[in-house]
Amino acid sequence: MPGVHWNRIKQKRKISFQRKIQFISAAVFNGYGAGFVKGKIYTGGSKAVCVPLLNCYSCPGALGACPVGSLQTALGARHHFPFYVLGTMMLFGILLGRLICGLLCPFGLVQDLMHKIPVPKWSVPKKIDRPMRYLKYVVLLSTVILLPALVVTKTGITPPYFCKYICPAGTLGGGIPQMIANPALRNLAGMLFSWKVLVLLLILLLSMFIHRPFCRYLCPLGAFYALFNRFAFYQMSLNERKCTGCKKCERSCPMAVEITREINSSECIRCGKCKAVCPEGAISLGFLLKNSKPYGDYRAYGTRSRRR
Amino acid sequence: MERIKSGKMINVVRSVVLVMSVLLIGTGVMNQEHTEVLQKAVKICLECIGIG
Ligand code: SF4
Ligand code: SF4
Ligand code: SF4
Repeated sequence: MPGVHWNRIKQKRKISFQRKIQFISAAVFNGYGAGFVKGKIYTGGSKAVCVPLLNCYSCPGALGACPVGSLQTALGARHHFPFYVLGTMMLFGILLGRLICGLLCPFGLVQDLMHKIPVPKWSVPKKIDRPMRYLKYVVLLSTVILLPALVVTKTGITPPYFCKYICPAGTLGGGIPQMIANPALRNLAGMLFSWKVLVLLLILLLSMFIHRPFCRYLCPLGAFYALFNRFAFYQMSLNERKCTGCKKCERSCPMAVEITREINSSECIRCGKCKAVCPEGAISLGFLLKNSKPYGDYRAYGTRSRRR
Repeated sequence: MERIKSGKMINVVRSVVLVMSVLLIGTGVMNQEHTEVLQKAVKICLECIGIG
């Protein structure tokens, strides 16, 4: 029936709660509009505070400091234990876990939008996908912690390796807008800038086919929050009595989490898509859920019919 | 590592991490580390934007 079809289209076009929060977050954390026009960055006191997101402090709109960049600076340029930055990251991690990735981070939003482009979608085979997920921990340990802390340079200042060679959020939010607005910087751009644009383009291209490839495989901040996801105050839980094991939730999950086995997986970004599609209302999200199990152990799915 | 399963144990882990993070932030602020963050964040970071 055409009416039904039209309703479905209208339903599909409705902007989800997740998307609204993502846009609001991107706008709030990058609210210094004048910076984009002048090619300058914000220099107010709020920049002493680390934001929970991967959001470059050289983005003209940024109102806070990027935790990943700040961590590398403390270790590589100042050479001391990063009490303040680490404490801030731990606080965000233990309160929210990867809810930050699902709802707040602008680079997560960028990848989500790229995935909307109608091209064939790839599902990465488990054999490749699972080991690749560990790569982000290697990136965190090597480029963000060990290299800045241990490499000795002539100047005594070790560069922020992740920012310098990998970070696509820095290129998109900082590099490109600065180059557009600032001719002096444009003249200085060379091989390194080309390399960083290439990394960004590859990630954006991959995002069209695979959901959030950077979050899955490379992001050191996602890796850091993943360590807290199972224990964070914000949790998910599966009601084993309600769940029929239909796996609609798993088919809709952008991070390919095995929800019926491990709903509090370190890979879950708390986007809420599974909850929205579950026909049985078996999934809950929230702070301090009573029945939440950090390591899953949800073995009873699909047993509701047997219990009847 | 022994898996932390009981609700009470999880709450203990959460609370310890929460207290630790607050203590770390406090220590950092006393060391003036937030001003270091500010100094870095108010200048355009050449590495971040790909100039090096
Ligand atoms: S994994 Fe990294 S880039 Fe992705 S949403 Fe989380 S913080 Fe942002
Ligand atoms: S949680 Fe809901 S959607 Fe997922 S398998 Fe169970 S009943 Fe199906
Ligand atoms: S398990 Fe649910 S909340 Fe977590 S990433 Fe998958 S769909 Fe989103």
